[in-house]
Amino acid sequence: MIFADAFAWLLDPVNWSGGKSIPVRVGIHLLYCLGAVLGASLIAVPLGLYVGHTGRGGVVLVGGSNALRALPTLGLVTFLYLIAGGGTVGVLIGLIVLAVPPILAGAYAGIQDVDRGVVDAARGMGMTGSQRLWRVEVPNALPLLVGGLRNATLQVVATASVAAYVGIETLGRPLLDGLRVLDYGQFVGGAILIAVLAVVLDVVLAGVGRLVVPAGLRLSAAPAGRTRSRRTQRGRREEPVPVESGGSTA
Amino acid sequence: MKRTLAVIVASAALVVSACGSKEDLGGSGQQAASGEVVVGSADFTENKILAEIYAGALKATGATVSVRSGIGARELVVKALQDKSLGVVPEYTGNLLNYFDKTNTTTEAEEVYTALKSKTPAGLEVLEKSDAEDKDVLVVTKATADGGVKSIADLGSGKYALGAAGEWAQRWETKVKDLYGVTFTEIKTTDAGGPITVDALKNGTVQVINLYTTSADIKANGFVELEDPKTMYPAQNIVPLLRSDAVDAKGKEALDKVSAALTTENLADLVKRVDVDKETVANVAADFLKTVTL
Amino acid sequence: MTAVGDIAKYLGDAGTRAALLDMLLDHVYLSLVPLVVSVVLAVLLGLLCHRFRQVNATLIGMSNIVYTIPSLALFAIIPALIGTQVLDPLNVIIALTVYTTALLVRPVAEALAAVPAHVTAAATAMGFRPLRRFLTVELPLSVPVLAAGVRVGSVSNISLVSVGALIGTGGLGTLFTDGFRQRYLAPIIIGIVLTLVLALVVDLLLVLLRNRLTPWARVGKP
Repeated sequence: MIFADAFAWLLDPVNWSGGKSIPVRVGIHLLYCLGAVLGASLIAVPLGLYVGHTGRGGVVLVGGSNALRALPTLGLVTFLYLIAGGGTVGVLIGLIVLAVPPILAGAYAGIQDVDRGVVDAARGMGMTGSQRLWRVEVPNALPLLVGGLRNATLQVVATASVAAYVGIETLGRPLLDGLRVLDYGQFVGGAILIAVLAVVLDVVLAGVGRLVVPAGLRLSAAPAGRTRSRRTQRGRREEPVPVESGGSTA
Repeated sequence: MKRTLAVIVASAALVVSACGSKEDLGGSGQQAASGEVVVGSADFTENKILAEIYAGALKATGATVSVRSGIGARELVVKALQDKSLGVVPEYTGNLLNYFDKTNTTTEAEEVYTALKSKTPAGLEVLEKSDAEDKDVLVVTKATADGGVKSIADLGSGKYALGAAGEWAQRWETKVKDLYGVTFTEIKTTDAGGPITVDALKNGTVQVINLYTTSADIKANGFVELEDPKTMYPAQNIVPLLRSDAVDAKGKEALDKVSAALTTENLADLVKRVDVDKETVANVAADFLKTVTL
Repeated sequence: MTAVGDIAKYLGDAGTRAALLDMLLDHVYLSLVPLVVSVVLAVLLGLLCHRFRQVNATLIGMSNIVYTIPSLALFAIIPALIGTQVLDPLNVIIALTVYTTALLVRPVAEALAAVPAHVTAAATAMGFRPLRRFLTVELPLSVPVLAAGVRVGSVSNISLVSVGALIGTGGLGTLFTDGFRQRYLAPIIIGIVLTLVLALVVDLLLVLLRNRLTPWARVGKP
């Protein structure tokens, strides 16, 4: 019954035109999310790569990134609104703070998890530090790095709804408005839109991941456990590319 | 998939209620049935102060009282009263009547109150109304007012954008058109008379906003209240809305005394002390209660 | 600085301090009950995943979807789904339990799957029944992974509870909405600091608990 109301709201033409239409809100929601993930990547990827590559500051990094995770987004957004006198900057920073830890974790763990033997081999071949980083470690770290980006995107898309509290017209607007007056149709409709957006972005990123991750790496990218054996077999059949050539294409 | 989710939720509920029964979470709904009165409030300062005043008055009669503050709009609050999460809430006669009776056209204070008493659903009741009033009011900047906008009628058709809480359009968009022929270029959802609304007017995102007459922001920013010659906004006397079985006779008497002591002026002063002087809601309410003989 | 003065003034009031303590306790309750419940649920579900491949695929897929639902939405839709009161703290607790369980199921299933076959074989050979083997061998061996998941879960729960303030059950989150409406930084700053401190303390306790439960991890360390 609730879901029937939600679909009625979603299909109502009134909600598809004008300045407050669903497409406009989806656009604004997307804009903030992309901005946040991009901003967070600019901070977190270089930092994660640096710490992973040099091995310096790992403890500080993990501790700091856990502390960031504990920062309540609502608190940060309201705080920054009052300081900056507007919602835009506050929401962006709040979402960036939310996105940094998973991306950082992905980049750092990605580099860390690269087989030391592989790195040593690269050193033995006479590669310099930066050659090792860009031609061996980064390509090998891509699966986990993309995983971190996907986690960050999921969280940011779901949390950008809080932005509506400080007057930003994201998809959180129908959520908050519906909640105020207990209009479950509007409310659940908004939630469905956000969830769909998150799933679509996740699928897109998964696709991007498949494109950028060197083919040879997919063998080791599969998760542990039962699924590993299955995927490895399938991977072998589909991708008879040796690891070395996979590494050099990236 | 749905079934698995249902299982997760249901088993979680079981475990939680099993451990939850021993814990005491202040103001939780479960205690409401056992003699504790839960006073609720909507999410704006004045309403929170009133809730705290009601709570203090009820405590003085020997009742066990807790406060659930900042709940949301009327729809949620009334629902919470009916499902026994709450016992008493401070309300406003006009908007409450319009909520219970969507076809209502009454706007004068006594008529509104009489109609409200008859329209309040079974199980709930309103006590004596107070003289204190906190009406909705449309305000503009001084510059706009100097440009000739003194009354709602001057807003014209499609000239200005309005900022108001999410439920405004649903409640007033048709009425303002019928009474004054006024339409807006946009009705921007802000919040219920809070910072988002005020900032939207200050930075020019909108040219008209919906505030409340006791709001400290009007004077602080030199905003001008628009006249409402055709009384679109009904009288909004403050009145306790309660679940009849939640409060005893002594409690009701105490709440009536509070209503008698409240005036629009002293209420506006209490709001200013919290919003501008940053005093706590509890202290401001306690100070007020000292002036009431319960 | 005025912010410092404001905070001093804000904390100077005894009533405020008592209210802060109440909010903090609410916050602990709202964030940690789901954590405990989800550990139990995740272990049970992880066991199911481990034993039945079908369940595994379904649950993992589901737990990914759960994470796309905005917390605010989940908090508020639960009364409509299971008939709780609209202001019941259970709504927040159940929602957070769903999130945390979703977070934990996958690592737990993987940790159980990662227990070396020769270890379980040895336990079986020693005459351990499946239940005993699970409780005394497989489960303890997956504690490090479980603990890592629980640490992330506790931090994110503690930060998520605040969002509940938008529906009237927010623990320390109430400080954010109150402070915002009053344009008053003091309560917001205090809310953020208390949330961080709470997360830190709980995390430390979890690390201690993990070390307690995995005595073998210390063997061989200097």
